[in-house]
Amino acid sequence: MTDPLQVVVHRPGAALSLTMPSDLALVGDAVELVARHCDVGILSPRRLQFNLRTALAEALANAIAYGNRHDVSKSVRVEIACRLEGVRIVVADDGEGFDPSRVPDPTARENRERENGRGLFVLRHLVDRVEFNERGNSICLELRAG
Amino acid sequence: MGFSLNKDQRGIVIVGVDGQLIVGNRQELKQKVLDALEGGTRRFVIDFTKTGYIDSSGLGVLVSLSKKVREQGGELRLAGLNEDLQTLFELTKLDTLFAIAKTPAEALAAF
Repeated sequence: MTDPLQVVVHRPGAALSLTMPSDLALVGDAVELVARHCDVGILSPRRLQFNLRTALAEALANAIAYGNRHDVSKSVRVEIACRLEGVRIVVADDGEGFDPSRVPDPTARENRERENGRGLFVLRHLVDRVEFNERGNSICLELRAG
Repeated sequence: MGFSLNKDQRGIVIVGVDGQLIVGNRQELKQKVLDALEGGTRRFVIDFTKTGYIDSSGLGVLVSLSKKVREQGGELRLAGLNEDLQTLFELTKLDTLFAIAKTPAEALAAF
């Protein structure tokens, strides 16, 4: 059986490309794969265990659910670069994009009991820098070394 | 990796989350708790002692389950959060929705 996660390692320990189908069940495996690749001493074990894994899970889930709208014919592309100064991850989907400034505050009293809507908020708190492309279908996450 | 369910002598169900609670496995947790609720259990402790990370979908499923348990007159408590997970609950202000104990034993004792 073909592995649904298509991986290209450009340089061991440095750059990696991953393409995955729009299937939420694969998020955990994709996160582990990337985290293992990034386990080269740039991030502390704690940040690797928690910040990177959680932020990447959020970005992948958003790309699959809101970007590609679970369309299995569309894929999610991930580019990872591990450098001495930190880890940079770009997650891109085939969707129409969205305006991140229009996401409601999930901590507002009236939103707290909602099941969804916390992903971007959580993500922003876990990494040092978040940037979207103009279209809103690609997110870049940066975690500084340490 | 996965979820374990144990019932104590008082009928309180302790659900252990081993590994992660994320978008890919949240439905499994949801179904297990709903099945127990359907079977008459009203008091739950979700034990995160062995949990590495929780994403927003995992948080969402806990919110939804807590609501369903409360609607049936029960309560769902959380326990065993490490420092990072505790911070996640505080950031999202979900610490205001849940009773959070340091250990499963403390959560059980509080019922």
